[in-house]
Amino acid sequence: MSTLPGSFCIRNALVSLAGGQPLPHDILVAEGKIAATALTGALDIPGGTTILDADRKYLFPSFIDAHVHLREPGQEYKEDIESGLRAAAYGGFGSVMAMGNTRPCNDSASVTRFMLDRAAASWPHGPRLYPVGALTVGLEGKELAPMGELSQAGCIAFSNDGRPVTNTEIFRRGMEYAAQWGKKVIDHCEDEFLARGSHMNEGRMSSRLGVKGQSTVAEALHVSRDILLAEYLSLPVHLAHISCKQSIRLIAAAKARGVPVSAETCPHYLYLDEQALEGYNTLAKVNPPLRTKEDVAAMREAVRDGVIDIFVTDHAPHAAHEKEETLDAAPNGLVGLETAVPLTFGLVREGLIDEAAFIQMWHHAPARLFDLPVNRFLPGDPADFFLFNPQEQWLVSRETLHSKSINTPFLGWTMQGKVEAHWLGGHKLF
Amino acid sequence: MSDLQWRHKDLLDTDNLSYEEILHLLDTAREFHEINTRPVKKVPTLRGKGIILFFSEDSTRTKTSFDMAGKRLSADTFSLGKSGSSLSKGESLKDTALTLQAMAPDIIVIRHSSSGAASFLAERLPCSIVNAGDGWHAHPTQALLDAYTLRECWNGETSGKTLTIVGDITHSRVARSNIHLLNTLGISVRVYGPRTLLPRDIGSWPVSVASSLDEAVSGTDAVMCLRLQLERQQAGLLPDLAEYAAHFCVGQRHLDLAAPGAPVLHPGPINRGLEISSALADSPESRILDQVSAGVAVRMAVLFTLGMRGQETGKERS
Repeated sequence: MSTLPGSFCIRNALVSLAGGQPLPHDILVAEGKIAATALTGALDIPGGTTILDADRKYLFPSFIDAHVHLREPGQEYKEDIESGLRAAAYGGFGSVMAMGNTRPCNDSASVTRFMLDRAAASWPHGPRLYPVGALTVGLEGKELAPMGELSQAGCIAFSNDGRPVTNTEIFRRGMEYAAQWGKKVIDHCEDEFLARGSHMNEGRMSSRLGVKGQSTVAEALHVSRDILLAEYLSLPVHLAHISCKQSIRLIAAAKARGVPVSAETCPHYLYLDEQALEGYNTLAKVNPPLRTKEDVAAMREAVRDGVIDIFVTDHAPHAAHEKEETLDAAPNGLVGLETAVPLTFGLVREGLIDEAAFIQMWHHAPARLFDLPVNRFLPGDPADFFLFNPQEQWLVSRETLHSKSINTPFLGWTMQGKVEAHWLGGHKLF
Repeated sequence: MSDLQWRHKDLLDTDNLSYEEILHLLDTAREFHEINTRPVKKVPTLRGKGIILFFSEDSTRTKTSFDMAGKRLSADTFSLGKSGSSLSKGESLKDTALTLQAMAPDIIVIRHSSSGAASFLAERLPCSIVNAGDGWHAHPTQALLDAYTLRECWNGETSGKTLTIVGDITHSRVARSNIHLLNTLGISVRVYGPRTLLPRDIGSWPVSVASSLDEAVSGTDAVMCLRLQLERQQAGLLPDLAEYAAHFCVGQRHLDLAAPGAPVLHPGPINRGLEISSALADSPESRILDQVSAGVAVRMAVLFTLGMRGQETGKERS
């Protein structure tokens, strides 16, 4: 990390302004903020300004990942805040929202402050960590967590991620009480009873492998519950890692009638189906599980049609020895911070979404949902952006990933598109 | 016996066995079956070979069957059970596997509660792995001994025959392995059981699904009853055992609807009066004990085929 001089200029970078087509722009940065933006050549650059030629690569506003697991405190052998934020920086993320299922879990201000202190100490200029507090004490789903205290300490949303709240009364009160502090609840939608003992999607693959599967109803049932509550209470709810067609239909219908519901999905639900579990591949074991081809197609349509509001990674590191197990013994989850941007940019290349929608889903929409700083490349906006080369190819491997763990079903895949440099507040991270 | 060149290091399931390979194993088993009727039931074929019987899940009959098969081929067999193994001390399957490999066995026979456990070992170890049952996934030697028994009952005919499987299909490795293998042999499979114990996607399996027990057994050439694990009732999949017996227990009355002389099979151990009537289990149509003796012969054939893989075969067996 280097401290930059007062100002610099990035020339000839493809920038999308106000949801428009990306066009070559010159960006002048001063004192950590955007000082000026203009079409390439139109800017009066003060003499002596450091100039970097972007060679018509993309300059994207730093992305926001609203769903990561950084494992600290408690499971630092999988990942810690320093290594997790490093992976974020290299992956194009300037802000990450860290879920509270650490050990101990984030249900007290001391844990929240610990996480924030660790982030500031390891990466003083960012990536920035935004803790998501536990919705219930100990994530046990029985008593509400002290959300006032947690909000004051810095939590920006609440969730029982990883341990869904079965008791709908508690969940309802959680939505209400979170709203007291101006915060949203993020729900991991999963019916405990329908999902119990499952290790993958219930389908032809689970049936052939002889493994207990999880029905899509386990997810969709809670999606439905949350929609009913949001509608009844006129309170927002954000639905985590949506994976299947049944959920999409419910969300689309709810949005059509104005229910304040938002939803996220992850790259793996757009690129992989249950076939990835062939040979009991534990790297593809994730919860919600990888679904069918039909679900993947429905998820892609939902991204195209705006039914899905934001992309997230659900970055969930696990040590190699934990994944080198039989499928039933291996934990759920995969790392995603460093593959998410190239994977989802593939949707732009395919023509499913355009660059503006891509930027919307990774930056503007999550910023609006969780009230985070926005970079529109307008004067005064924070100089948070990264340079993205859409052509460069690289192999996903231990050597190329910065996370402590490399548990990803995309291991060995060739990614197209690479984050080449990243600035936050005008500071170059790498 | 054919001069088939055996290409598999392991026996993990029946879905990758060709028609010729299945017949090769069944024909080899037939020769060994003859040895089992002699006063001295031992051949020197696998002398000096080491076979580890790694049974992390309770099993008496399958383990004994493999043990006997190995010993009759003069191999040295070593048993590792759940209580005696470090698995109960929290060791991972990978570490157990590496430990077993360090003892340089030629073959490891594994029974494990996790689906995929046998292939987990096979991918990591150079020795041959024989799957003696992994979770709900596969139990290939059971399917082979069932096919062996059916072939004997049907005087060597298989093509065009129909077998009916009754019971818990979802959780049955026996059903899965049998369906693959019998399909390869040209045998049609019919299934019947409580809707809660059939996979949701059973319609995409290569079987026909009967809508009543009578329909299931009507005109069939053989009936296979599956053991009902009592824990299925506790898991809420069944109302109670009396209800199960009333609607899914195969009795003489059902067998009367089948083709004349159709045998009844059961992988054992049987729950008398639950999935098979006590009278039927003791009737001449019951081939349950024939299955047990076929089991030793089939496992001898499997151990022999894998143990002699890549070596000059077939000359000094008897």
